Amino acid sequence: MLRIRWHSRAGQGAVTGAKALADVMARTGKFVQAYSVYGAEKRGAPMTAYDKIDDNPILDHSKWMSPDYVLVIDPSLVYQEEIVENTTDDTIFIVTSHLPKDELVKIAKHLEGRPLYVLDAIKISQEEIGRPIPNTPVLGAFVKVSGIIDFDTFLESIEDILSKFPQKIIDGNLRAIKRAAEEVQ
Amino acid sequence: MAEKYQLKKTEVWDGNMAAAHALRQAQVDVVAAYPITPSTPIVQNYAQFLADGYIDGEFVMVESEHSAMSACVGASAAGGRVATATSSQGYALMVEVLYQASGMRLPIVMTVVNRALASPLNIHGDHSDLYLGRDAGWIHLICNNPQEAYDLTLCAFKIAEDERVRLPVTTNQDGFLVSHTAQVVHPLDDDTAYKFIGDYKPLNPMLDTENPVTYGAQTEEEWHFEHKANQHKAIMDSFPVIEEVFQQFKDLTGREYKTIETYKMDDAEIALIVMGSTYETAMVAVDEARKKGIKVGVVMPRVFRPFPYNQLAEILKNVKAIATLDRSAPMGTTGALYNETAGALMANGQSAILTNYIYGLGGRDTTVEHLLQVIEETQQNAEAGKRVTPLQGFINLRGPKLSFN
Repeated sequence: MLRIRWHSRAGQGAVTGAKALADVMARTGKFVQAYSVYGAEKRGAPMTAYDKIDDNPILDHSKWMSPDYVLVIDPSLVYQEEIVENTTDDTIFIVTSHLPKDELVKIAKHLEGRPLYVLDAIKISQEEIGRPIPNTPVLGAFVKVSGIIDFDTFLESIEDILSKFPQKIIDGNLRAIKRAAEEVQ
Repeated sequence: MAEKYQLKKTEVWDGNMAAAHALRQAQVDVVAAYPITPSTPIVQNYAQFLADGYIDGEFVMVESEHSAMSACVGASAAGGRVATATSSQGYALMVEVLYQASGMRLPIVMTVVNRALASPLNIHGDHSDLYLGRDAGWIHLICNNPQEAYDLTLCAFKIAEDERVRLPVTTNQDGFLVSHTAQVVHPLDDDTAYKFIGDYKPLNPMLDTENPVTYGAQTEEEWHFEHKANQHKAIMDSFPVIEEVFQQFKDLTGREYKTIETYKMDDAEIALIVMGSTYETAMVAVDEARKKGIKVGVVMPRVFRPFPYNQLAEILKNVKAIATLDRSAPMGTTGALYNETAGALMANGQSAILTNYIYGLGGRDTTVEHLLQVIEETQQNAEAGKRVTPLQGFINLRGPKLSFN
């Protein structure tokens, strides 16, 4: 089973991102679970969202997870040690930051020696979508890094999932996803 | 005429979306609801479907859950197919009218998303609301994932409206763990789903002015008992109809539901009994424990009311030790599943070492690891041939270890 934990602030789209990834993978015949953990908080409060992806039906309904991937979609949460909780040495981190990797780990010491990929998803989403909603670019970076699904198939599914939105938003998201896949390091 | 909704063979829905689509496909005449977390999206999605032209029925906005259920009672007595959704405090506010609905034998369907009861206020899942409505005369069905929330909501209409039953039904799904967890769901197309439920057949509708009837009459000591006994008989006698509906659903979809679900009970020496999504988590724990050679199984009453006590005893007849897990604070005694199980065993001249665990209150996480501990403690009891663990324990409770004997 593949396990993914998202760290976000409420309103940045981690729940939507987690559900989109689950939807994309379900279309390939996988079983999925997408859920989130939050209190009765307001927009801006730190929260986590989760994806489980497997070849068999997913029965475990507990919230606890030791993730294979940690996606941090808010740049300020990268500095919180909570992002390494319940991880292993093999857990891969994909985080959003304006800093290059070497400078980032000097401040976020808990990420030192960890398999780490960095992209500036806030900048990408602001420039391509026009709003700082970093969920789809981080998703694009995840698909590129993990190779979990063929990139073009992923883009086709995402386009369909976003089809309820205006064309401008769809195009912006697709550009942001492609750019994130190119820029993630 | 409502438009058809184009659904894919495989959808990724959370439990709320699944329940909302089932209500839409049932083409309910009247939904009266007052949204409350975590069942709000059922009502919200339903209202959206209606606004988008996918529903012909009425959606009645009301000022409280007491009014919501009262409007449901009125609409159902008038002769329409009626449904609503609620959780927690909303459920609590409805309780008076829940008894009215069942006493008037109105086949209302309520999709409940189970949540803790205040105080302290908590929006997360447990079974306090389900247990509060336990004796209200409703049939209670338990759903452990979004697929089941969809399937059993369709079944609920068919069970409630069957003229041999004519009782209200709740479907129950765990707050957040099911209601807000997206999983793969295989829905039926609109026509197939509607055909499975069938057209609504009014029975003694108040709108039939040629044949006036009374609902909610007063009966004192000369008739009240007979009415209540009659109502109790109806719910006790509903098992064959529930089984018949489950069979018809299996014939249509291949998905099988039973009044009691079991996992690896055939050769089990110990058993867990649990309701809700933790039943599925327990299946994972059972597989893990069996790798260590512990012969354990898990049992879930799919139907909590009427309670299938003789069937439960039959399933447990070769088991040495049992742990019953209740997701509600019994406040002064053992949990409801403990009591039901003890009664079921006694009624059939059986005995087993029986313990009770309280778990998951207010959304507290219950993991495979926690359930493995329960299995190990239950195994200790089986091996000792007597109870060596506390009568009542608490799973994943912080602070000093709490137990009662």
